[in-house]
Amino acid sequence: MDYFDRFAIPHPSPAIYASMVAIGLTVIAILIGLTYFKKWSYLWREWLTTVDHKRIGIMYIIAALLMLFRGGVDALMMRAQTAVPDNKLLDAQHYNEVFTTHGVVMIIFMAMPFIYALMNFVVPLQIGARDVAFPRLNALSFWLFFMGAMLFNISFVIGGSPDAGWTSYFPLAGNDFSQSVGTNYYLMSIQIAGIGTLISGINFVTTIFKMRAPGMKLMKMPMFTWTALITNAIVVFAFPVLTVTLLLGTMDRLFGTHIFSMTNGGMDMLWANLFWVWGHPEVYILILPAFGIYSEIISTFSRRNLYGYTSMVASIVIISFFSFLVWTHHFYTMGQGPLTNSIFSITTMAIAIPTGIKIFNWLLTMRKGKIEFTVPMLYSVGFIPIFTIGGVTGVMLGMASADYQYHNTMFLVAHFHYTIIPGVVFAMLAGLTYWWPKMFGFMLNERIGKWAFWFIAIGFNVTFFPMFFTGLDGQARRMYTYSEASGYGPLNMLSFVGAVGLAIGFALIVYNVYYSTRHSSRNIGSDPWDARTLEWATQTPVQSYNFARTPHVDSIEAFWDYKKKGQPLFKGSIEKIHMPNNSGVPFIMSCIFFVWGFSFIFSMWIPAIITTIAIFACMAHRSFEKDDGYYIPVEEIEATEKDSEVLADENR
Amino acid sequence: MSELFPRKQVMGFVFSLVLTAAALTVYFLDVSFAVGMTILLATAFIQAAVQLVGFMHAGESEDKVAIYANIYYGIAIALVTIFGTLLILVWDM
Repeated sequence: MDYFDRFAIPHPSPAIYASMVAIGLTVIAILIGLTYFKKWSYLWREWLTTVDHKRIGIMYIIAALLMLFRGGVDALMMRAQTAVPDNKLLDAQHYNEVFTTHGVVMIIFMAMPFIYALMNFVVPLQIGARDVAFPRLNALSFWLFFMGAMLFNISFVIGGSPDAGWTSYFPLAGNDFSQSVGTNYYLMSIQIAGIGTLISGINFVTTIFKMRAPGMKLMKMPMFTWTALITNAIVVFAFPVLTVTLLLGTMDRLFGTHIFSMTNGGMDMLWANLFWVWGHPEVYILILPAFGIYSEIISTFSRRNLYGYTSMVASIVIISFFSFLVWTHHFYTMGQGPLTNSIFSITTMAIAIPTGIKIFNWLLTMRKGKIEFTVPMLYSVGFIPIFTIGGVTGVMLGMASADYQYHNTMFLVAHFHYTIIPGVVFAMLAGLTYWWPKMFGFMLNERIGKWAFWFIAIGFNVTFFPMFFTGLDGQARRMYTYSEASGYGPLNMLSFVGAVGLAIGFALIVYNVYYSTRHSSRNIGSDPWDARTLEWATQTPVQSYNFARTPHVDSIEAFWDYKKKGQPLFKGSIEKIHMPNNSGVPFIMSCIFFVWGFSFIFSMWIPAIITTIAIFACMAHRSFEKDDGYYIPVEEIEATEKDSEVLADENR
Repeated sequence: MSELFPRKQVMGFVFSLVLTAAALTVYFLDVSFAVGMTILLATAFIQAAVQLVGFMHAGESEDKVAIYANIYYGIAIALVTIFGTLLILVWDM
C-alpha cells in the first residue's frame, strides 16, 4: 500500500471528499449516458477525431466555459472566506490552493482556450480559407490543451493542488518549501497545454500568411484577423521561454538540480525574471484578440467602417514589440537598482500610448454612427470605461517608486481584474454572442443577455472597486484572513456581494443558452447582424468546406461592398474541393501525454519511459502515414448549395 | 553541367566543417575561459546562420521577407531578454 500513499491528499477536508464523490459520479453518469444513448461512435467520428477548425473551435468553447465555472467557484470561495474578519470557512493551506488554482485555471485554461476558440472558428472564415494550414496539428493543439487542463484539474483530489500562487515563484515553489506534488502538477500540466499553444501559434501565423483569399492583401485583412496574426506571433516568441522555464523548474523539483534554489550556486530570483519574460507578453496575447473582437463589433453595430484602420494596425504591432520590453514592472521591489526600474517604468508607460490610440479609434468609430445596443455592443461599450480605469491604475503601478506602496496589495488585484475582465471575459462573451448564430444557427435571447450583462457589469464593479481602497489601506493579496481591528471587513463584505452578482450573471448566461436552444427562431438567414466581414458570406450552418467558391477580395470590407454596392465577391464556377481526413492520432497521442505528465508528477519512471516511447511512436506513425485527404465532387457541392438556397428562399 | 553542381551547398558544407574545426580548437588549445566562450558563441551563431541560409533555403522562396523579418524579430527579442536579464540580476543588482 505504500506505493499508493503518494496519491493521498496532504490536507484533506470534507469538501474535497465530497468533490471526489461528485467527480466519480459525474464520470460514471457520462459513461452510462454515452452507452445508453449509443453516442460512442458519434462522439468518436464527429468530434474526437475531427480536424475541422469549426468543430475544434466549438470544443474549445465548451472547455473554456467549463473552466470558467471551475475558476469562478474558486473565486466565490475566496470572496466568501474573506467576507468577514477571522473567518474559518477555509484554512490557510486550502486558501493558498484555491487562489493558485483560480489564477492558473482562469489564465491558462479559460482565457487561452477562449481566444483560440474564437480564432479557430472565425479566422479561416474571415480570410476566405477552407481550414487552417495544418488541420491535424490543430486537433493536436486542442487535445494537448484539453489533457493539460484535465491533468491540472484532478490535482485537488489526487496528491494535492499547487499552492505557491499562479506565478509559482521559486524558491517558495521548490521542494524545500512546497513538499506536496502540487507544484509538479503546475509544471507538467502547463507544459503540456503550452506545447499545444505553441503549435497553434505556428499554425495560425502560417494560415494567415499563406491562405488568404485572392486579393486580400495584409492591409485588407479584417481587424480580428490582424490581432490574431500579431497574437500568434507573440505566442511563437514568448511561449518557448515558458517551456524552458517550466523545464528548469521541473529539473529542480524532480532531478535535484539547483537552478532556482538559494544554495549551491542557484539564482533564487531567476524564476520570477523568466516567468515574466513570458508572462508579460502573455497579457497581450490575451488582450489583443479582444481588441480585434471589439473592433469588429463596434464597427458592425455603429454601421460605420472602422475609424483609423492603419493606426489600429500600427498600434497592435507596436504593442506586440513593447510587450517584450516591460517585464520587470512585475517585480520592481525585488532589489534591482533605480536605473533598471527607471528604464522599465518608461517602457511601461509608453505602452499606454498605442492602447490609448485604440480607445480613441473606437470612440471615433461610434461618433455619428447609428448605434444599435445589442448584447455584443453592450459588452463592447461597457469595456471602454472599465478598461480605462484598469489602464489608468496600470500607469500608477507602472511608476516604480509609487509601486513600493501598491506592490502585492489588493490594489494590484483590483487593477489586473479591471484589465483582464473587461479585456478578456467581456470580449469573449461579446464575441460568443456575436458569432453564436454562425456557430449554432440561432441567436441568443437579447433580453436575458442584457440582464446577464447588467448583472456582470455591476457585479464586477461592486466586487473589485472596493479592493482599490482596501489595497491602499494596506490589505495584502493572498492573505487568507484579517482581524476585525484592521477595518477591512465592510468593504470585503461588499466585494462578496458583488461576487454573488457576478455569479448570477453567469448563471443567466447558462440559462440563456438553454432558453434560446428551445425557443429561438432558426429562420435567421446567414447574416443576422448585417455584418461586414467574410465569415458572414458563408451559409449557416457553415459547410465543412466553408466556401463553395473562393471569395475574391477587392476592398477592406469586401462582404459589405458586395451587399451594398454590388461589388462581385464570388467569381468562377464550383470546382471539386480538397479536404483533410479525420484522424484519431491527435486524441490518442494527447491521452498518452496525459499519462506521461501524470507519471512525471509522481516520479513513476517506468510508465514515464513507456509513454515517452509511445509519444515518439505516434510521431513516427504520422511521418510514415500516407494521407492525401479526399475530394468533395462538384455534384455534391452543388446539391448542398442548392438545398441551402431553397432554405434561404423559404426563410425570406 | 555547372548549373547542376550544387556549388552553394558544397561551399556551405565546407564552411560549416571549418567552423566546427574552429570550435574544436577550444578543447585542444589552452585558452582562457572568456576567450574560449567567445570562440564557441561566435562559431555557434555563424554556424546557425549558415544552416538557415545554405541548407534550409531561407532566402530562396517568395516569403523571403517574412522569413527574415521573423528571424530578425526573434534575434531582437532574444537580445533584449538576455541583456535585460543581465541588467536586472547582475549589473544593477
